[in-house]
Amino acid sequence: MRRFADLIDTLVLTPGRNGKLKLLSGYFRAVPDPERGYALAALTNGLDIASVKPAMLRELIAGRMDAELFKLSYDYVGDLAETIALAWPVPAGPHAGRNDAPSLTGIVEALAGASRREGPQLIAGWLDQLDASSRYALLKLVTGGFRIGLSARLAKQALADFGGVAVTEIEELWHGLEPPYRTLFDWLEGVADKPVNAAAAPFRPVMLSHAIEDADFTRLDPADFVAEWKWDGIRVQATAERGVRRLYTRTGDDISAAFPDLVDHLAFDGTVDGELLVARLAEGEVSIGTFSDLQQRLNRKTVTGRMVRDHPAFLRAYDLLQDGSEDLRGLPFAERRARLEAFIAPLDPHRFDCSPMLAFDSWDELAQLRLALPEPVIEGVMIKRRTAPYVAGRPRGEWFKWKRDPHLVDAVLMYAQRGHGKRSGYYSDYTFGVWRGEPEEGELVPVGKAYFGFTDEELKLIDKYVRDHTIERFGPVRSVRANAVTGLVFEVAFEGIARSTRHKSGVAMRFPRINRLRWDKPPAEADRLETLEQMIAGAQ
Amino acid sequence: MTRWEDCPLAMALATNKHKPVVKALFQSHRRPYLHAMRPDELLCPRPEGLYCPPGGFHIDPVRPVERALITHGHADHARAGHGHVLATAETLDIMAIRYGEDHAGSTQVAALGETLIIDGVAVRFHPAGHVLGSAQIAVGRGGLRIVASGDYKPRPDPTCASFEPVDCDVFITEATFGLPVFRHPDAGDEISRLLGSVGANPDRAHLVGAYSLGKAQRVIRLLRDAGYDQPIYIHGALKRLCDYYESQGIALGELRPATVETGGKGDFAGAVVLGPPSAFGDKWARRFPDPLISFASGWMMVRQRARQRGVELPLVISDHADWDELTATITAIAPEEVWVTHGREEALVRWCEMNGTRARPLHMVGYEDEAE
Repeated sequence: MRRFADLIDTLVLTPGRNGKLKLLSGYFRAVPDPERGYALAALTNGLDIASVKPAMLRELIAGRMDAELFKLSYDYVGDLAETIALAWPVPAGPHAGRNDAPSLTGIVEALAGASRREGPQLIAGWLDQLDASSRYALLKLVTGGFRIGLSARLAKQALADFGGVAVTEIEELWHGLEPPYRTLFDWLEGVADKPVNAAAAPFRPVMLSHAIEDADFTRLDPADFVAEWKWDGIRVQATAERGVRRLYTRTGDDISAAFPDLVDHLAFDGTVDGELLVARLAEGEVSIGTFSDLQQRLNRKTVTGRMVRDHPAFLRAYDLLQDGSEDLRGLPFAERRARLEAFIAPLDPHRFDCSPMLAFDSWDELAQLRLALPEPVIEGVMIKRRTAPYVAGRPRGEWFKWKRDPHLVDAVLMYAQRGHGKRSGYYSDYTFGVWRGEPEEGELVPVGKAYFGFTDEELKLIDKYVRDHTIERFGPVRSVRANAVTGLVFEVAFEGIARSTRHKSGVAMRFPRINRLRWDKPPAEADRLETLEQMIAGAQ
Repeated sequence: MTRWEDCPLAMALATNKHKPVVKALFQSHRRPYLHAMRPDELLCPRPEGLYCPPGGFHIDPVRPVERALITHGHADHARAGHGHVLATAETLDIMAIRYGEDHAGSTQVAALGETLIIDGVAVRFHPAGHVLGSAQIAVGRGGLRIVASGDYKPRPDPTCASFEPVDCDVFITEATFGLPVFRHPDAGDEISRLLGSVGANPDRAHLVGAYSLGKAQRVIRLLRDAGYDQPIYIHGALKRLCDYYESQGIALGELRPATVETGGKGDFAGAVVLGPPSAFGDKWARRFPDPLISFASGWMMVRQRARQRGVELPLVISDHADWDELTATITAIAPEEVWVTHGREEALVRWCEMNGTRARPLHMVGYEDEAE
């Protein structure tokens, strides 16, 4: 376990991408199979340890220490595995600190053969024997999500460096591979041929855009580009091959299980890039639900029949990557688009359509379209070069996004909460409110919470303001003086707004952040709740 | 443990006329129902610091006051501009080095273990083991005794006198590392890791961030104890305090200024360079070849803290008590009541309650725990 724990510790603290890549490829070189494969699986969340779940770890620590002390510790450290690793009370005894628990391979294999009753007992036994840094590695192994600044893509890049191959080759193979990836390592070390991706319907790395900048408009000729709406759903890749149907997120996570209603309708052989929406076809018109409708369907392992009925999944297609056995990615966008339209046409119109193209002759004309978005579920326009091939990653100069301006309101700081992790010493999470009734006699009602959008310097100033204007403290939360004359006004930017039963104000913002600090603005001039309610009415 | 009753009172007396008073002050100790006063009549938190109304003095005030008793020389505890300052000789020296000789109207040396009477309140300084000159301050009257421990650490430190638990009714403690996640490893082992890294990276300069009073000298002394006899390079901000430690008999070996004037850039390859962490962000750090950033602090226990500061080699070396030491100290002293000045006070108060000791947070502001 020591070797894996050292890798994790060094990865956490190694600054920069190149240093991490060097470390990882060095690890793959130095460590034998199957341990390196299990480490790779752990780092890319590919290790599914069924016999231990995070809730069981909470139970384990609850059996060892006071719940309140654990809560305070967790609040401070901000990471479950690290909190347990540090706070785990090691019993005195012959095994304490001997660090002689099994190797990573031993641990993975023991857990794979363990029942849900045995799993936590194994973990507890190992925790008693390991030092804090190995405890951390062990806990991260079973909870996944290392939070060490290492994306799966970086791990794949390290594999590519290690084997001297292109990273897209790894990405395409990836979904057909299983830990501990012996065939992959054999190929990368040159002792075997490239594994054939036996799995049908693999993920194909997606193409992403850059935000357009002012200078681009003078540089780029509108005649070279086409435009379409940027739909506010989830970017997905729907693929079907030899009877296997998969729905992937843009990072290659398989979310098929959460959307059986859509997956059942992937009655084609090919790969479509598009936007996942909640929508239904009625009388020839597709009516699209809001992003909060779509949220009902996200992050679920399974779905109920009722959810499928009330919030039907729909795919609005952008691009066609694969048509039968033909790879279209090298073709120019305009050609792929024509193929896409023909490809979508025979499919069930209750589940599929093509994202319409926008007609424009100049950037000004496109700007007009962007200012008058026909639907609330559009978050701007996409601009694509007619000749652009479909290139994995974020190539320069091919695709641009031009998002609509965010909504803005002026709200008053009401509560501040201590941050987690690196912001533990600061009041960095802010609840803000707007006026219900006249500022002089009405009340402020909280409408949202934000914890970014300000600089480190501004954070220090807000933190000082919070400390100087505290009227009450509830654990990590301070109530801040806020009335018609005293209070700190934030200009809050957000992407959308919807009704909510969870908030006292009845509204919920999407992606709120602090846009500007309005030290100059008296709180009485902050916005009213009616303003937000009108925004919701306008969106529907 | 030192019990006040054991101390020779006569040597402590400023004048003989206090004798009966002193006797009365100590005799009824630890019989709470006989206390003539409530603890918060003897010491109470005020915005400017802990205040003793009968004695008319503050302990570690964060704003200028007439009479200040100072536990140690860190800037958040020892500030300039008081009318009169009572502190250990070392703390007074350190304040003079940092703020100039005229940092206070007048000063008076408090010898460790010696009782002084201030307007009928007995005051005695005891070693706190935090940094050179650091002291706990015991305040007694009417059989009631309160110990304000300032910042302290019970484990051995070659650069200062060892902490001693002092019997008392109310123990005032810090809680900088007052969470069960803070269990500081042996400082010697951390120094071994530093030396291991120096050996493994002979082409890189190791920049070790260390607070200029106490931590820097301790790290240097620990390096020497581990057998490291190369010159150690120091940032200019550490020089005067290192010189002062030397003058107090704490040998630090050969120290050289970490300036380019003393040599070319390559000269720092494989060297150990100490500086205040704040210096690492500015131009000063650019003179070193491929610097490896290290930081000696109790905060380095938490990975994301180290990561956030861009530290590649965290050294968990703290001048504060860790969780086990905080709780063991309270257990050993077994006071009637614990007051927690600053830090992670909720957790320590919770622990006290679970263990049957009354405790309350004082919510003192102005004591920085991030700088450690």
